Amino acid sequence: MSRKPYIRQVSKTSWYLKQPRYMRYMSREVTCIFIGAFALLMVCAVERLSQGQAAFESFMATITGPWSFLGLFVILAFAVHNATNWFNVTPKAMPVQIGEEFLNGKYIVGAHYAIWIVASLVVLFFAGVM
Amino acid sequence: MTQLKKRMVQLEVLRYDPEKDTEPHFQKYTVECNEEWVVLDALNAVKETIDPTLNFRWSCHMAVCGSCGMMVNGEPKLSCHAFLRSYEGVIRVEPLANFPIERDLVTVADDFLEKLKRVKPYLIPKEKKSIEQGEFKQTPAQLMKFRQFSMCINCMLCYAACPEYALQPKFIGPAAIALAHRYNQDSRDGGRDERQEVIATNEGVWECSFVGACSEVCPKAVDPAGALQQVKVASTIDWFKEHLLPGGAK
Repeated sequence: MSRKPYIRQVSKTSWYLKQPRYMRYMSREVTCIFIGAFALLMVCAVERLSQGQAAFESFMATITGPWSFLGLFVILAFAVHNATNWFNVTPKAMPVQIGEEFLNGKYIVGAHYAIWIVASLVVLFFAGVM
Repeated sequence: MTQLKKRMVQLEVLRYDPEKDTEPHFQKYTVECNEEWVVLDALNAVKETIDPTLNFRWSCHMAVCGSCGMMVNGEPKLSCHAFLRSYEGVIRVEPLANFPIERDLVTVADDFLEKLKRVKPYLIPKEKKSIEQGEFKQTPAQLMKFRQFSMCINCMLCYAACPEYALQPKFIGPAAIALAHRYNQDSRDGGRDERQEVIATNEGVWECSFVGACSEVCPKAVDPAGALQQVKVASTIDWFKEHLLPGGAK
């Protein structure tokens, strides 16, 4: 009897449309574009800062309009989506074993959220908002 | 005695005969089933009463042997564990995704078996011991470190769910790496360096982008996605130790 295995082709461009879980994954991965855009914006900010106070203030003026605000809000939304996604899976990558038991994952996730809140408050404090 | 409730079940099964077909096609069957049955029972009823040419693998019928993995309505399932009462309308049954089709619902598992062999999924003792010296002892805490990963039954559902494996067939894949991790975590084992050569590579854990589908479909509640991330963390620590510590200590 001859063998003739049949290989099913997988679409390289639309595979993630097949399953909701793949769409969820892609929604996490796509956040990198927005976070990358924000990183570029920060690089520009540092460059303008190096050119003096006037240059930095004019740069800040260009990113405080309503469209900039909307853009930054979208970036923030994607950044939060990215962070919460990764926080929620940390127990898989960093399980904590205590004796014969594993620490409940919610404490590991909770610790990440707690550090996030504290770090945000510290940044807001140094930014003079608080 | 209570009469078992009967139900007519419609199945849409992917058929492929390598001697006649150039590509697979769906065939519909309507078969009388008990409400308590699983998809595997329905397939057996088809084979016994309608079409003896239908091919599929199965053995234990109790989610232990890992032979009867199939796509049920697009989801990787053990067909002995997929209860008919969970499905409405036509149930679409296909061979496990991401594997070549040998015939009907039977897939070619050679690639997985080859990868499994490469990761050395067996105990490589740290030190040789004679029988007179006694057994290798282990505490319950040491056992718990890897116990969940030893529950893998090699059913390959995780490979069928993994889009990385679908797109990059060279990927060693979830179950094989999870089993390598199982032995790496074993206090009696000394074979980690040998396994790292296979799993801490581009076609090993670094091909994984943590979709997590493998763990979602595992019928034995193993967490292969967790195993892969833990191997990534451990391999990263290895790299830093090797490159930053004096003498490149491992």
